[in-house]
Amino acid sequence: MAVAHAANDYRLGAQAVADGVYVFSGRNEHFTRDNGGNIVNTGFIVGTDAVIVIDTGPSLQYGEQQRKAIAAITRVPVRQVYVTHQHPDHYLGDAAYADASIAALPATISAIQTQGNALADNLYRLVGGWMAGTQSQSPTSTATPGVVEIGGRKLRLIGTAGHTAGDLMVYDEASRTLFAGDLVFHDRAPTTPNADLLQWLNALDQIRQIDFKVLVPGHGAVVRDASAIEQTRDYLQWLSTSLHTAAEQGRDMVEVMNQPLPERFQKLAVHDEEYRRSVSHLYPAIELTTLPRR
Amino acid sequence: MSRARAALLVCALWCAGSLPAHAATAVDTPVDPLNSPSWQYMRQRFLGKDPMVFDARVQVQMPSAAEDQMQVPVHVSAPGLTDVVDVLVFADLNPLPKILRYQPTSAAPDIGFRFKVEQSTPVRAAMRTRDGVWHVGGAWLRASGGGCTAPSVGTGQGFWQDRLGEISARLWPQQPGLERLRLRMIHPMDTGLAAGIPVFHIDRIDMRASDGRLLASLQTYEPVSENPVISVDLQHSGPVRIDAHDIQGNRFAATVTP
Ligand SMILES: [Zn+2]
Repeated sequence: MAVAHAANDYRLGAQAVADGVYVFSGRNEHFTRDNGGNIVNTGFIVGTDAVIVIDTGPSLQYGEQQRKAIAAITRVPVRQVYVTHQHPDHYLGDAAYADASIAALPATISAIQTQGNALADNLYRLVGGWMAGTQSQSPTSTATPGVVEIGGRKLRLIGTAGHTAGDLMVYDEASRTLFAGDLVFHDRAPTTPNADLLQWLNALDQIRQIDFKVLVPGHGAVVRDASAIEQTRDYLQWLSTSLHTAAEQGRDMVEVMNQPLPERFQKLAVHDEEYRRSVSHLYPAIELTTLPRR
Repeated sequence: MSRARAALLVCALWCAGSLPAHAATAVDTPVDPLNSPSWQYMRQRFLGKDPMVFDARVQVQMPSAAEDQMQVPVHVSAPGLTDVVDVLVFADLNPLPKILRYQPTSAAPDIGFRFKVEQSTPVRAAMRTRDGVWHVGGAWLRASGGGCTAPSVGTGQGFWQDRLGEISARLWPQQPGLERLRLRMIHPMDTGLAAGIPVFHIDRIDMRASDGRLLASLQTYEPVSENPVISVDLQHSGPVRIDAHDIQGNRFAATVTP
């Protein structure tokens, strides 16, 4: 295992996006043995006597390397971790923060308790040795939406759903930075294994109302405007409409998968695979609405 | 039947697949474009000594990797191939390879369905034309394990017991004399490979015109997914009667009007 540690370096470099706010940017790719699962954005906020971490990455090693990279920037200790949602690339590094409070929405905690091991196993199959020592563990406390003050930083915890049954956003009032989790994707096709598109679109409406200066999407480059929100919204709206239309026309699932994507989505990273996966996730329920009981 | 037992079955197929080097001399065997270890065995089992050709017109469309191993969508078609009387779909390396058989009496040789996959495997359609020749096409499906030996979701929840055999369906007229039928039936479609759960599946779905004339007949086997959703293209206009039964003799029927 020591060898595996040495070989698997995520090369995490923190990027300052606002005063005391940093982001580790992942690649806009699928999970591979090459990227070790580092396809996700995580970040942290530095307070006077506490650092707040938002998401801990896809593996124990990511969490450990993230913690080291934070220590290279500040001597303030990590006291609080927020897990934005149940997907394994966002929380499997939690074990690196055994001495901190790890909080998530109740729906996220219950999903991690029931599906976490299967998700971790699946990720192990996809990225291999990077996962050494990684185990799914349940967050230690419940995140309650509202304003909290940690280390002198006023944070607004916003509880929504749509990408999954529990999507937590963290908004730092001083810097007006919004960690949007996977409710917002940027130049990468959104993933939908646990999605409810209608809820998700509603959550995006809610995000539009937030007065942010910096938005950190779950995947893709940090933005300072609403473009990533609009892009995610546009894609999800199109996805929903085209799946309903196809079902209404009597199309079979494979025929739907073979439909070409509109040109404006062709530039989204991994759009082909994600679109097909989304058809797998979403079409069965949608087509049922077009098949009356006899 | 345990997972280990299922793995043994797969192994048995592999071993059988590597056997017929000598049997190959008895029948003229074209080279398998999918390079499957058990093609020879599949051929003997399903096509016997019938003449066969690999035919690129026979298409098996599906995602290259299984997103949900319990529900892999497949669409089989044969643009340009006429006079198809029998369609057989199988997955070489599944513990139970035979997925379905379809006689498109008055229908296109096209069928959409979903199935359970246990591991990476070729998925093939063999279509017998009126002259007795099997036309075979297919593709590889990547999968990482566990679709056939897991219990159906409904079996775990007791969901199907009240609604067993419930049929939802609709007809979409395509052009004069051609209509698409999509149907969904509620059934656990248990393979018998999950521990403690006996095999239990729909084995026949007939589609008839209102005068009783058979339009198409479908035999479904263990790997067809729970609560099957089927798409077929019937050379027909007007209502269709669905008559189905499962291996325990339960009968299900419905009439679908356009
Ligand atoms: Zn996610």
